[in-house]
Amino acid sequence: MKKITIDPITRLEGHGKIEIFLNDAGEVENSYFQVPELRGFEKFSEGRLAEDMPQITQRICGVCPEAHHMAATKALDAVFHVDPPSPAKKLRELFYSSFYVTDHTTHFYILAGPDFVMGPEAPVAERNILGVIAKVGLELGGAVINTRMKNHHIIHMLGGRAVHPVFGLPGGVSKGLNEEERKEVEQIARDSVEFAKLSLKVFDDIVLKNKEYLEMVLSDAYTHHTYYMGMVDEKNRVNFYDGKVRVVDPDGKEFVKYAPRDYLEHVAEHVEPWTYVKIPYLKKVGWKGFVDGKDSGVFRSTPLSRLNAADGMATPLAQEAYEQFYSTLGGKPVHQTLATHWARLVELLYAAERLLELSQDPEITSPDIRVIPTATPDEGIGIVEAPRGNLTHHYITDEKGIIRKANLIVATVNNAAPINMSIKKAAQSLIKPGKKITEGLLNRIEMAWRPYDPCWGCATHTLPGRAPMEIIIYNSKGEIVERISS
Amino acid sequence: MSKLKLALYWAASCGGCEIAQLMIGDKILKLAEAAEIVFWPVAIDAKYKDVEAMPDKSIDVCLFNGAIRNSEQEHLAKMLREKSRVMIAYGACASEGGIPGLANLFNRQTIFDRVYLETQSTDNKEKVVPQIKYNVPEGELTVPEFYDTVMTLAQTVDVDYTIPGCPPEARTTWLALEALIEGKLPPRGTVITHNAKAVCDDCPRKRDVKKIKKFYRTFEIIPDPEICLLEQGLLCAGIATRGGCGAPCPQANMPCTGCYGPVDGVIDQGAHFLSGVASVIDSNDPSEIDKIIAGIHDPVGTFYRYSLPDSLLRRARIK
Repeated sequence: MKKITIDPITRLEGHGKIEIFLNDAGEVENSYFQVPELRGFEKFSEGRLAEDMPQITQRICGVCPEAHHMAATKALDAVFHVDPPSPAKKLRELFYSSFYVTDHTTHFYILAGPDFVMGPEAPVAERNILGVIAKVGLELGGAVINTRMKNHHIIHMLGGRAVHPVFGLPGGVSKGLNEEERKEVEQIARDSVEFAKLSLKVFDDIVLKNKEYLEMVLSDAYTHHTYYMGMVDEKNRVNFYDGKVRVVDPDGKEFVKYAPRDYLEHVAEHVEPWTYVKIPYLKKVGWKGFVDGKDSGVFRSTPLSRLNAADGMATPLAQEAYEQFYSTLGGKPVHQTLATHWARLVELLYAAERLLELSQDPEITSPDIRVIPTATPDEGIGIVEAPRGNLTHHYITDEKGIIRKANLIVATVNNAAPINMSIKKAAQSLIKPGKKITEGLLNRIEMAWRPYDPCWGCATHTLPGRAPMEIIIYNSKGEIVERISS
Repeated sequence: MSKLKLALYWAASCGGCEIAQLMIGDKILKLAEAAEIVFWPVAIDAKYKDVEAMPDKSIDVCLFNGAIRNSEQEHLAKMLREKSRVMIAYGACASEGGIPGLANLFNRQTIFDRVYLETQSTDNKEKVVPQIKYNVPEGELTVPEFYDTVMTLAQTVDVDYTIPGCPPEARTTWLALEALIEGKLPPRGTVITHNAKAVCDDCPRKRDVKKIKKFYRTFEIIPDPEICLLEQGLLCAGIATRGGCGAPCPQANMPCTGCYGPVDGVIDQGAHFLSGVASVIDSNDPSEIDKIIAGIHDPVGTFYRYSLPDSLLRRARIK
C-alpha cells in the first residue's frame, strides 16, 4: 500500500498532518487528518481564578483570542450569577462584530481568495494575496488592508490590546467608549459595510459568473450531507454573540434548539488513538464513524452551517444576501462545502451592519458598563459562535470562584470529523490510478479543508495564501517513488 | 549586500506570535527588502527536510516562538539551533514557558486523564488515549511524544537573545528586527525591549504610597481610572515586569499580568513580584497579615502566570 503524507499543514492547536493511503490499484483507500499537538488547557485551568479565564483561555488561539475571551466572559457571568448592564453587553457585541469583520476578511482574501481569484491550478507564485491584489486591483487590495487595520484598531480601543485583549469581566467590561471613539467606530463601520458589499460583488463576478468555478463549487467531490449547527436569536436569525444553539438535520429540519447550559445533553466527544484532537458529535444521534447522513452524529459548525441552521439574518442587507445565496444554490440546506466561502461573506456583511447599528446605539457610550457580582460562584457555561464554529466554555468553581473543572469544546475541533471526511472524499475523487499527482491537484485537496477556515492555517499563511505541504508517495516496499512539494 | 537569512518557527504556542509579527504593518515591506525568509512553516513552503539539508550556521537568525512541549518541538529547536548563527526566543512561551507552562503543575498522565477520559462531554468507555505509534488498517500513523514537563527554549538549546511578551507588542518586534537588519545587535543575552525598567515606568497612572489592607480580585472593584492599580489593592504585576510594552493593560483598567517577564537582573519573576507585594502589606500584626495574604487565592497563577517553567520552581512534584 502506498502512503501519502502531507506534513505540516499547520495550525489547529499546533500543526496538522494528512496521511493518505493508496491501495495496490492506486486508488485512495483512506485518509487521516491528524493533530499532532496538545497543550492541556482543560487540566491546567484547574486552580486558577475564574476571572482570569478570559485571559488564560485566549492563549488557546492567538488568531481568534477574541472568541475565547467572549465565551469565557459569558461563562463567568453564569458562574457568578450576574447579568451585565445592557451597555456592557452591547460593547462586547460591538467588539465581537469588529473582530468578525477582520477575521472573515482575512480568511476570504488572504487564505481562500487566491484559489478562486487566481484559480486552483494557478502557479504557486501567483496564488497568494499579492496575486489577488494584482488581479482585483490595488484599490480593493488597499481596502482589504484598511478594513483589517481599522477593525483591529477598534479591538485595541476596547480590549486594551490588539492581540489577547483584557477587558472581559464577570458582570461587564473594564473599558467603555467615549463619544469621540464612538464616532470613529461609526465611520469604520460604514466603511466596513461598503467593503462587505463590494466583497459580495467580487464573489459574484469572479466565482458565480465563472461556469467552471460554479461547477466546482457544486461538484460531488466537495459535498457532504451532515447536520448543521449555529447560534440563533429569538427569531432564529444568525447571532454570533448570544442566543440558543440550533441544529438542523441533513434535510434542513430543526433537530434541536438548546440553551448553552444544556450542551452536555446534545454534544459528546469521541477519542481516536491516532490524533490528539477529540471528535465532537451529536450525542442523541451517536458516533457512527466518519460518515455522512442522518444516522451519523457528525455535524458541521461553519459559516455555511450557521446559515443553514438559521431562518435568516438580523440586518437588512445581509438578509438580502442570504436570500440570494439560497435562491442561487437551490434552497436549504446547502451541502456544498465550497459554498462556505460565500456564506462567510454574507456573515461579513451582517457583522459590519451590526457593528454600525451598535455604534449608533444611544447606550453605547454609557458609563454603566459593570455590575459587581455578589452571589456565590459555582458553575457556568458560555457559548459564542467563533468564526470557525461553535465555541463552548464550561467552568465549575468552588465557593471562592477558583476553577475546579474546565471543559472546552473549541471551534475548529467541532469540524474534526467533517474535515477528515472532506479530505478523504476530495482525495478519492481527484487521485486516480495512472493520473499524475500535480501541485494543482494537491491544492484541490487542500481546498476541501480550507472552507472550514483552518484555525491551524490562521492568518499566518498570509503571504502565499496556502498551507505548505508535501506529499510523499511510498510503494508497497516503503520506498519513495515520488515526492512533491507544493 | 546579501540578504539576511531568516527562519521563523512555532512550537507550543497559540499563533498569537505570528499575528504579532504581522502587526508591524507596512514595515513588513522593509523586512522583505532586507531579509530572505528561508523557513516559516505557516507562510512559506520550505519543509523540515529543506532545513535538514542546509549547512550548519547557514541561517543568520532564527526567531523561535512557543515552548517545548513534545518531541517534535525539541527536535526542531535543536535542528534550528545547529543551522542558525543567532537564536532568538520570541515571546513569552519560548522565553519563559508562557501560559502553556502552567501545565507544569501537572504531568502527562493527569493531563491525558482529564482531557481524554474525564471531561464531561467525552464519551470514551474504552479509555482510548492518543498513541505515539498506532496501526490503522491501512498502515502506521505516528504523532509526537507529549512530555511530562514544558521546557523553555533556553532549557533546550543555547539562546542568544530574547524578545518578551505574550505576544510581543509591534514596537518591540520592530525594535529587534531593525537591529537585525542594521546589524546593530546588542550584546549577546540581551532582552530586547524599549525599557529595561518595570512596566510602572511606562504606566501613566499616578503613584503615591502603596499600603494595602486588602487585596481585591478584578471583579470585586471598579478601580479609579487615574490611580495605580496596586495601590487600589489589585495584584498588578507591573512592579515586577519588564516594561517596553507601553502598559496597555493598566490603561484598559486591568492589572498587568506579567507577560514581558522579569526586569533585568532578576532570576525569578514570581518571587520578585511576591516580595514586592509582601512589602506593601500595611500591617505588623501576624494574624492580620495572614488574613490579607489569604486574599491571594492562586499564587502560582498570579505570580508565575507566564514564567513557571523558567522559574526556580520549574514544576510541581508529582507523586
